[in-house]
Amino acid sequence: MMMLLNTIQIDDTFAEAFNMRGTRVIITAQNLKWAYHAANAMTGFATSVIGCGVEAGIERELRTEETPDGRPGVSILMFAMGSKVLMQQLETRMGQCILTCPTAAAFSGIDGEDKISLGKHLRYFGDGFQTSKLIDGKRYWRIPVMDGEFITEETTGMVRAIGGGNFLILATSQPAALAAAEVAIEAMKKVPNVIMPFPGGVVRSGSKVGSKYKTMFASTNDAFCPTLKGATNTELSPEIESVMEIVIDGLTFEDIALSMKVGIEAICNLGAESGVKRISAGNYGGKLGPHLFKLHDILNGSNS
Amino acid sequence: MNALTFTLKNTLNFSVNCSVLTPNSLENKSITDIANIKVTYGNSTLLVSDLFEVTGSDSAHIVFKNPSNKMDYIGANMSSGKITIEGNAGAYLGFTMKSGEIHCTGSVESYAACNMVGGLLTIDANVGDFLGAGSEGLRKGMRGGTVIIKGNAGDRVGDQMRRGLILIEGNAGDYCGSRMIAGTIGVLGNVGAYTAFNMHRGTLLLKNTPSLHATVQDCGTHTLPYLSLLFKSFKKHNTPFSQLSSQRVQRFVGDAAYKGNGEILILNA
Repeated sequence: MMMLLNTIQIDDTFAEAFNMRGTRVIITAQNLKWAYHAANAMTGFATSVIGCGVEAGIERELRTEETPDGRPGVSILMFAMGSKVLMQQLETRMGQCILTCPTAAAFSGIDGEDKISLGKHLRYFGDGFQTSKLIDGKRYWRIPVMDGEFITEETTGMVRAIGGGNFLILATSQPAALAAAEVAIEAMKKVPNVIMPFPGGVVRSGSKVGSKYKTMFASTNDAFCPTLKGATNTELSPEIESVMEIVIDGLTFEDIALSMKVGIEAICNLGAESGVKRISAGNYGGKLGPHLFKLHDILNGSNS
Repeated sequence: MNALTFTLKNTLNFSVNCSVLTPNSLENKSITDIANIKVTYGNSTLLVSDLFEVTGSDSAHIVFKNPSNKMDYIGANMSSGKITIEGNAGAYLGFTMKSGEIHCTGSVESYAACNMVGGLLTIDANVGDFLGAGSEGLRKGMRGGTVIIKGNAGDRVGDQMRRGLILIEGNAGDYCGSRMIAGTIGVLGNVGAYTAFNMHRGTLLLKNTPSLHATVQDCGTHTLPYLSLLFKSFKKHNTPFSQLSSQRVQRFVGDAAYKGNGEILILNA
């Protein structure tokens, strides 16, 4: 059935998402500037599990009264396809990005049945001078470093999560597609429990499974490449000149669905003059991922 | 329901072992059953009803009225509920206490919080030696929980303490934190000689600088961010420690004679 939202067509399709393992870490520092330095490093090169191992991003800024140590901070979410990779990546990034960042500290941001190391092994950097403190049932490690002391909680929680929620913005020009994507991202940043892991939250190189080259297991999504409209089995109408994708990872199905709804509605509120013609979504025919985010249902509030 | 109340009938000539009179051990027992419980009094055995008048029914809250400093082992092995002691208590108050709350409005003899594992012990007046220590023969003292002393504490506070929190609003005696393995002891008053003797790890949080022996070394004055976490945990307690906010401290480390990595932090340095 045809759906139009403020003249923008919403395709009767769905995003296909996968089970992941996720965690949240709270990073604090002397001020927000250094909290962001630490968080940006921690979540850098974490756009896609395909090449980065994890997908990570800054969830939101935290007020001083929301952080364990009363300093400014941000929360980050990190997702991986399995618990082992998540543990490895978290420890590596803690060691190289948080331990090294002046004044930064790291704390658990989520409870879960499964616990993974935050500072449990990192403490050995203290070379015997590290000390632990058990405060209100939580164990913290104090590691002496050159700027004073690095504080980290021993573990954080690991929970079941979902990755790969997405939608596509089809517009008449590249600037129009990107401007709409930026509006969507700004709105989606206000939704808790989700991240958009790609640069600026937007991905321009959506992929399909497989390739003509044997060594490649993913390759460009030619059906949505505007310059290939005459050369491939295109999904694009003649007026579409650019497509941007927003990928969402979240802690629950509902979180991702809400994020998609907020993002799509923000774009549709721009109207026809935005240059956006259609909103679609990427999927694999519903055969690979167990979670299907149907665009019509999400926007009608009936997705489940 | 009224609190289950034990009112001491007569002055005690000998120590009485009160370890069976805890909320968890008296749960679902009738007044008659409780009155017939045997307790050790000196080298003899008496019934509870011989020593106490028993009233009330809520075993989750036990009250000792007209108590004596010869009433030992109150709250021993306690794992739930609350005990209120309206006066002084004997030795080994909260011995191996696991959970729940004990509030003593008077003073307490030695070995309070001995082998304590969890829960909250509040003493409104003074306490004797070996607060939070281990019982004879054990290599570890208190292993968890929180102890708040409104008055002064005797010698050897936290001897071989392994974990937990002791907050003393008054003074502490000699050998405070001796052989301490971990945990935190705070003292707002003065401490005696030989503080941190053979201290292994853990933290002594002191308001006043003590006279320290040569094997405790000054590491300078610092701002320690972890203190915000510690002070935050004090907020829920009714104690002047909950007012602490400055993370600026002078840090001493020792006991070097024991290759120790314990720390003495002097507040408001």
